[in-house]
Amino acid sequence: MARLSSPEELERFRQEILSKRDPSKPCISVCAGAGCIASGADEVIAAFKTEIDRQGLAAEVTTKGTGCPGFCERGPVVVIYPEQICYLQVTAQDIPEIVATTIREKKVVDRLLYVDPATGEKAVHESDIAFYKNQERTLLCSNIRIDSKSIDDYLAINGYSALAKALSQMTPVDVLEEVKKSNLRGRGGAGFPTGRKWEGSRNAAEKIKYVIVNADEGDPGAFMDRALLEGNPHSILEGLIIGGYAIGSNEGYIYVRQEYPLAVENINLAIKQAEIYGLLGKNILGSGFDFIVKVHQGAGAFVCGESTALMTALEGRVGEPRPKYVRSNIKGLWERPSVLNNVETWANVPLIINNGSDWFTKIGTAGSKGTKIFSLVGKITNTGLVEVPMGMTLRDIVYKIGGGIPGGKKFKAVQTGGPSGGCIPEQLLDLQVGFDELTKAGSMMGSGGMIVMDEDTCMVDVARYFINFLTDESCGKCVPCREGLRQMHRILTNITQGKGKPGDIEILAELSETAVEASLCALGKSAPNPFLSTLRHFREEYEAHIREKRCPALSCKELIIFHIDPQKCQACRICLKKCPAGAIDGSKNTIHVIDQQKCTRCGTCFEVCPPRFAAVQKLSGVPCPPPIADDQRMIVRKGKEK
Amino acid sequence: MSDIRLVIDDKPVHAQKGMTVLEAAQSAGIAIPTLCHHEKLEPFGGCRLCIVEIEQRGSTRLVVSCVYPVENDLIVRTRTDKVNRLRKTILELLLAHAPDSTLLSAYAKQYGADRDRFEKEASFCIHCGLCVRYCAEVKKQNAIGFIDRGIRKEISFIPEVAAKACWNCKECFPLCPTSYLQAAYVLTEAIASAGAAAGTAPHAG
Repeated sequence: MARLSSPEELERFRQEILSKRDPSKPCISVCAGAGCIASGADEVIAAFKTEIDRQGLAAEVTTKGTGCPGFCERGPVVVIYPEQICYLQVTAQDIPEIVATTIREKKVVDRLLYVDPATGEKAVHESDIAFYKNQERTLLCSNIRIDSKSIDDYLAINGYSALAKALSQMTPVDVLEEVKKSNLRGRGGAGFPTGRKWEGSRNAAEKIKYVIVNADEGDPGAFMDRALLEGNPHSILEGLIIGGYAIGSNEGYIYVRQEYPLAVENINLAIKQAEIYGLLGKNILGSGFDFIVKVHQGAGAFVCGESTALMTALEGRVGEPRPKYVRSNIKGLWERPSVLNNVETWANVPLIINNGSDWFTKIGTAGSKGTKIFSLVGKITNTGLVEVPMGMTLRDIVYKIGGGIPGGKKFKAVQTGGPSGGCIPEQLLDLQVGFDELTKAGSMMGSGGMIVMDEDTCMVDVARYFINFLTDESCGKCVPCREGLRQMHRILTNITQGKGKPGDIEILAELSETAVEASLCALGKSAPNPFLSTLRHFREEYEAHIREKRCPALSCKELIIFHIDPQKCQACRICLKKCPAGAIDGSKNTIHVIDQQKCTRCGTCFEVCPPRFAAVQKLSGVPCPPPIADDQRMIVRKGKEK
Repeated sequence: MSDIRLVIDDKPVHAQKGMTVLEAAQSAGIAIPTLCHHEKLEPFGGCRLCIVEIEQRGSTRLVVSCVYPVENDLIVRTRTDKVNRLRKTILELLLAHAPDSTLLSAYAKQYGADRDRFEKEASFCIHCGLCVRYCAEVKKQNAIGFIDRGIRKEISFIPEVAAKACWNCKECFPLCPTSYLQAAYVLTEAIASAGAAAGTAPHAG
């Protein structure tokens, strides 16, 4: 293939690709994202190919592995075009039936459809599923339409047209102005206006400048960037090249964590393909603009998501943040102007250039424009990636898209913003998602993690968990973060173990102030958030732990006991057999009693006790009721009385 | 040389462009406590003890003076209540590691820091990095470095380099604000001696 040397040639080539494709030809799209692969997508794809061959349909049907559509919980996800029939949790065994029924007979395989747990209705098309229906997917929608490894597929959905437009119809300043007008704000967490960041670099005197993709997504439970980079790597690349053009940079870097092997593979492949097509390299599309991209793999440090630490790591040194008070868009990588944006930010750029900033600003709130991808996880019915317009309420995300809390449990809080974000309680659920709105509520947008918690979650333990994560990921350079978090973790652990003392909350607050005010980088400055936000909204839980040695959520092991209610126990022996510690005494007709000395509080008895008996109770903050007298433990069964 | 005028603790101070607030303060005889700072080394900004409040165009914020560059009309306050409070907490956190350090004790007295505030974990090293950076930046030897990561980081001599470079230098010894370095050095000496006995080190002692 010869390099495409002009926008016209790109357009001609695109038409050539499209002319060879028949939109009415059946196409089986199987999500080949990391989530679906883990639940067997590779086998499903292979089974489809084998079955299609076996039935002699190879010429009539296309099978492709696509990017992640987001409904990871129900993976592997299969969508069959042109009808857009959506099958969930498909296994290799289902394939012969799908091919015979849907491909050959054009009928739907009922049992693989999504069933709405609320209404019991089945959804045939992806767009009928409540999880998808209430989203606005401007970024994620392309994932399922393309083979992540095919540049032709990206071109077929109008890929690289924004680049062609920028290079041939816009000056770099035009591009910059368009991005500025869009009010796009950084999707990595801080929400800094992208256009202003670009402008700073563009205006910097130094001639050599860099553009960098931050794909060091490390928040527990977050996988938005992975889905984009794995699923649609060319969209990131296109955004990056446009950014390079706008600020006058000829060199880009993609800093991707090595824990994302598929993303690394796909982006490297995308770069090679773009080079072959002449979309990277010298004189791109005949514009005179040169641009190259290099991929750098992170070595597993959360702090390298912080901009200055990332750049230090890119330079080949230990990934620690820099103490300098100069913005990295002026002095960044190798002391040169460097624009670092998150994966999702870059993915928005081609859309803004193609559709214009007016289109972009129509979506969202006053301060936050466009859409945002969240990874909705935790105690929620529908787990997965959701893309919503800024300004949607948390309640709508949790209930309309997420389908609410499973198991009839009560909602307690949603944790947003990654480990250094905060917990938002029920009474603030009508909050609109946006950078400023979330910050005001004591949390933050972060990169888009959203962990839903139900009534069984202990908020002190949640704070302890996230502080533990951050203590472990602190780079250790500055004292307030390294030592302060270590002590905070110690105190929080003590509280959850019933060893809390009056005054602990005040010490935690003081250590938080020190970390917030005196830490070197954003990791330390935001690290106390898990404590501060849970204290703000759930102070009574801290006090119950410290003063009454009681865990209101009945979750902290050291503060709870399991007890069998003798009035309810039917001596069924299920818990007795399942108890791994052999702590339950009883027999077929003898009411069971837990030996508190032997009990390890694993909760097995509580889980296995049949709901119709519900005899096992969790208690906290109260003494264990005295065991029932031995002579009253006999159960006389009604049917056997005679 | 451009002359920059700023105010530190209500005192007008003249400084040169490129100086840090810490250097400007020191030149005017205003003491700011430091642990990881050394005039021959690049600013590290790790201990955060030299934190000060600055006021620019009416808004105030906290910065570390060993890194922050001087600028005209800058107002610096080195002993506000908040600054004192933060320094006290920082010292208390460090005293959990090196309760008997002379320098830390002197600062603790000044800021009312309680050496027993936090649970002790005596490792002596407070990660100021002076030895590591001095060896790398001034001596260009890299005979000592940090090992492991994050909160588990420790200083360690590299036996092969230390055996050759350290015997006649030892310039990092007096830099240490606690006393860990000697212990670490003795340890390396042992390793090197062990190597010498096996015939791999160039010389012993």
